[in-house]
Amino acid sequence: MLEGLLIGLQTAFSLQNLLMVIAGCLIGTFIGMLPGLGPMSIIAIMIPVAISMGDPSAALILLAGVYYGAIFGGSTSSILLNAPGVAGTVASSFDGYPMARQGKAGKALTIAAIASFAGGTIGAVLLMIFAPALSSVALLFHSAEYFALMVVGLSAIAAFAGTGQVAKAIIMTVMGLIMATVGEGALFNLPRFTMGIMDLQSGFGFITLAMAMFALPEALFLVLKPKNLQGDDDAIKDLRISRAEAKAISPVIGRQSIQGFFIGVLPGAGATIASFLGYAVERNIAPKAEQEEFGKGSIKGLAAPEAANNAACTGSFVPLLTLGIPGSGTTAILLGALIALNVTPGPRLMIDEPQIFWAVIMSMFIGNLVLLILNLPLIPYIAKVLAVPRNYLIPFILFFTLMGAYIGQNNATELLILVGFGICATALKFADYPLAPLLIGFILGGMMEDNFARSMQLYDGIAFVWERPMTLGLLVIAALLVLLPSFRARRAKARAAGVADGD
Amino acid sequence: MALDRWIALVLLGICLTYGYAAWFTMDGGLPPFMQRNPIWPSTFPKVLSILGIITTTIILLGFEKGELKEADIDYRKLGEYHLGQALMLLALMVVYALCLRPVGFLISTSAFLIFGSFILGERKWHVMLPVALIATGAVWYLVQEVLGIYMRPLPGIFGG
Repeated sequence: MLEGLLIGLQTAFSLQNLLMVIAGCLIGTFIGMLPGLGPMSIIAIMIPVAISMGDPSAALILLAGVYYGAIFGGSTSSILLNAPGVAGTVASSFDGYPMARQGKAGKALTIAAIASFAGGTIGAVLLMIFAPALSSVALLFHSAEYFALMVVGLSAIAAFAGTGQVAKAIIMTVMGLIMATVGEGALFNLPRFTMGIMDLQSGFGFITLAMAMFALPEALFLVLKPKNLQGDDDAIKDLRISRAEAKAISPVIGRQSIQGFFIGVLPGAGATIASFLGYAVERNIAPKAEQEEFGKGSIKGLAAPEAANNAACTGSFVPLLTLGIPGSGTTAILLGALIALNVTPGPRLMIDEPQIFWAVIMSMFIGNLVLLILNLPLIPYIAKVLAVPRNYLIPFILFFTLMGAYIGQNNATELLILVGFGICATALKFADYPLAPLLIGFILGGMMEDNFARSMQLYDGIAFVWERPMTLGLLVIAALLVLLPSFRARRAKARAAGVADGD
Repeated sequence: MALDRWIALVLLGICLTYGYAAWFTMDGGLPPFMQRNPIWPSTFPKVLSILGIITTTIILLGFEKGELKEADIDYRKLGEYHLGQALMLLALMVVYALCLRPVGFLISTSAFLIFGSFILGERKWHVMLPVALIATGAVWYLVQEVLGIYMRPLPGIFGG
């Protein structure tokens, strides 16, 4: 392994490759900030550039830089504007945006940058150590386990079931799941619930829905009730994380980096589920007082999905590099790029072309480090976005939400759907319905149904639930995650009542 | 009846329609070979419709006592906020969506940005115009020229 590391270092530390990393990170960060252009599309766009370089190591290093930059850029827009452009950063906006609203935008971005860095780096270390062994574990996961994993991911909605709002959180999740069934399912090839409208044939677009649920109502609220986005002028300079805060988030980052990595290894699970799961798990194991903070600007609630998200992105390289299986859209595009560069990922990659394998790992370390070095000084300027006068900021937010939905689909009907859903979402927000569960349900719904259908077909019935111990275990965990908080709350209430009686 | 229960009523209506489609109309067109499958395209929607109907009924009948929270915006007094501005911006977005293709990206976007700030009360034309034009040009250049995603820049008659 040491030898491999040296090979990797040697490749990665040429002047040309270092410049590649820096260029990649910058391009990724700035384009990634535009909602609608996620890591996948940016990498796809950069592929012609990467392929024309001819050197697979340099190309991969450039793409890794772009990838990490794009993930960080995506978090930026979800933290500052509540406009998550990628499913993986939806969970970051749950606590990141409230922090920005409290004038802690700079601190939120710093936490995001550090958590991403730690997640990515720890992920890369784990990748280095476990890649060969993990590839066989990943194959143990069948569609039944994937289905159960999605159910565990759905339990993240418990965080939004505020006091006495459980039914509302559940109905929003169900609405999200219902919306996910619109269009053609992968397994059935039948258009469902499209009402004969051609534009619904492919279902609702994720970005359209994300913008309609998060960014648009938020912008409308800002119009309805003007308030100073920036907070106090001093607060925005408050980038430093205090020692107590560092102490609070470091175990979270550590746990979520590891958990996120292992979820990322499973093909198809990926960063989105890792971030939701990370959020749910951290909320459940946090002490009672801190649990209340989640969703209102908790630093733990921001650090957890950020670390998990980045670690999972790194984890998704395990099946790609060891088995040649792309586990996510992004790695599928990378696979295409690798094949175009005459490198075939698979079990033989580490034996035939070790320098590429190690160059990828080294480029991950360097990409993360460069991103941190480049972005920490930039954060005050990025956070200054919020200091733009409201009369200019709001039209631009609206424009970028529309653009995000338009670029992805190139379909103007999508924009009308966006406005329509945005109005519905604003009404729901007025009535205090949580909107995040709808998006979680929508994102996980499609995958959940596909995997459920697949395992139903494989087992010719629902028997897989009890015949596969791992599935059963995961489902039990999901049930516990949902039931435990309300049980705890009830017990606390009973105890409080008892104490009052005793007095 | 409070707004959240009205919304629950609407959602109940949606769930009932959805459930009706899932339980009664969808399976009709199912090809025979698919009918032998353990799972049908309607299986998942059937479960969801029942779940939805149960939860909306719970909200509608007020079984769950929620704690009243101080809302960010009180919808009962919407008139006290800048409702006109919000509605006009929404209308502007619809117009933009309808114009984007026929009028082209450059004109519709600059118009959107200018009218957007105008609605919000900005009157400094010497700032508004350059900001909108430069931003439009920059985004168009980035998306079309750098990223290679086609967006019709000008109205169709000019060959855009």
